[in-house]
Amino acid sequence: MTVIEASGLRKEFTVRVKSGWLRRRTRIVAAVDGIALSVERGEMVGYIGPNGAGKSTTLKMLTGVLYPSAGQVRVCGLEPVPQRTRLALRIGVVFGQRSQLWWDLPLRDSFALLRHVYAVPATEHAGRLAHCRRLLDLDAFLDVPVRQLSLGQRMRGELTAALLHGPEVLFLDEPTIGLDLVSKQAVRAFLAALGAAGDTTILLTTHDLADIERLCRRLVVIDQGRIVHDGSLDELHARYGSRRRLVVDLDEPLAAPLALPGVTVESTQANGRRITYALDGTTAAGDLVSRLVEAAALRDISVLEPDIEDVVARLYTRQAAP
Amino acid sequence: MAYRHLLAAQVRSQAQYRASLAVDVTGSVLFGVLDIVSVVVLFRVTPTLGGFGFAEVFLMTALASCAFATADLMVGNVERLRQYVRSGLFDALLVRPLSSLAQLVAMDVATRRVGRVAFGVVMLVLAAANAPMELTLARLALLTVTPIAGALIFGAVFVATATVAFWWIESGEIANGLTYGGLNFTQYPITIYGALFRRLFAYAVGFAFVAYYPTLALLDRPDPLGAPTFLGYAAPAVAVMAAVAAGLLWQTGVRHYRSTGS
Repeated sequence: MTVIEASGLRKEFTVRVKSGWLRRRTRIVAAVDGIALSVERGEMVGYIGPNGAGKSTTLKMLTGVLYPSAGQVRVCGLEPVPQRTRLALRIGVVFGQRSQLWWDLPLRDSFALLRHVYAVPATEHAGRLAHCRRLLDLDAFLDVPVRQLSLGQRMRGELTAALLHGPEVLFLDEPTIGLDLVSKQAVRAFLAALGAAGDTTILLTTHDLADIERLCRRLVVIDQGRIVHDGSLDELHARYGSRRRLVVDLDEPLAAPLALPGVTVESTQANGRRITYALDGTTAAGDLVSRLVEAAALRDISVLEPDIEDVVARLYTRQAAP
Repeated sequence: MAYRHLLAAQVRSQAQYRASLAVDVTGSVLFGVLDIVSVVVLFRVTPTLGGFGFAEVFLMTALASCAFATADLMVGNVERLRQYVRSGLFDALLVRPLSSLAQLVAMDVATRRVGRVAFGVVMLVLAAANAPMELTLARLALLTVTPIAGALIFGAVFVATATVAFWWIESGEIANGLTYGGLNFTQYPITIYGALFRRLFAYAVGFAFVAYYPTLALLDRPDPLGAPTFLGYAAPAVAVMAAVAAGLLWQTGVRHYRSTGS
């Protein structure tokens, strides 16, 4: 079953630029520029992109906050803006910067209020709350006013708040931003368990690629309002040629450079005594190492696995260069 | 109902700052006192105002003051929409399964303004007792319905002016001009205003129905400007129209919401 479906989705903003005394030029900027996206029930999708790429704007159009300038969008079979209140009952939203909780009231009160807002039967509500309390360790700060919570505690509260009505789809905008390591891990473990249960479709935006590596099998990369990659992490590596690296320390510089298929020298340091090789996709490090042992006295050796940050950074810069 | 719970939560939140609440309630009563004092002061220098005596204008002022204070208590804080739009906090209201306007109103009700409402009601009782009229059941009904209809008209103006923030975040003073300015306008007989001003505020916005026409009906006086007498009873109908117009404007505004920031 397709839960999220969008095609040709576009959002334009009119930006007024001051161009002199009292004079303003208006310019139309497309924050989201024709996106097609289809997410099946139970999928967990990471939605990433640099600042201003259109991640949040997309999420807001999917949740009924923003009215699309053009294109079709359906979530749970509903049109987000015209059927906003009906959709709201079936989705959960965590916008990292915009709290769903009541600032001056204890966390417990916010949960009780949300039960009334979403008209959730008391037993269902109690069951879900008990589940979240256990998995997210809420008990220690359930009676503390939200304004006094740490960011990590508040985020765990926000997650609970978004799930108490049993949503079919969970939208998370930067759920781990600004969290310390322990809180990050708590949030990730919780989301991983939620995703593994398979009932909830999850779409999350993030800048922390560890979130993606840990959670999402599918990765959608957006840049300048367009989707530039939609597939698995491995596909991303394959497509954008992420390479493993072999760093070797030698006693003496090589007499002559080594030539092997699929191997390039990335950098040379310390007068040729430290060399970094880049290995294409399937090239085995073994061949290179045995050739090196023959050619020179090998002192130290280390292999660096491809880094997702590098791949994505390369992806962004490639898109940015016209 | 969900809104009732939201309202209760807001009252509890504000009760957390007890001292501040007490000061605010007192301050809000003072606003009501000022409404009345300005009328008293005016009549120290003139025996009639636009053809009306003190008792009559006092009744108008009390009706207007009651209506305004009630609207201010219930929806006055809708002007905070500006902050919600600027900070993007309005998003949080839109992802809930309730009306955004009703949530904003329920979540921001200003408990402190209760003082002004209570004072307004006391003044209305005094003004009704002091006015040259016999208290029949019909008059009593009109005296009850009029402040409610007036509150709805003021409420519509509050909402309509707040809606400007969806298009133009640096709005503010225009809104105050229509709301607080509207209170001053409705306190006095519309006969004292110039024709253009009167057409705009009394008829187009509907401020004449807050206190002026109902007072004429209460006092059995014909309108010096020649308006038909049934207008004295038309306030509820006008109020409903104003509320519907404000609601439509709000819906249009929400579609223009830009949700700034990430």
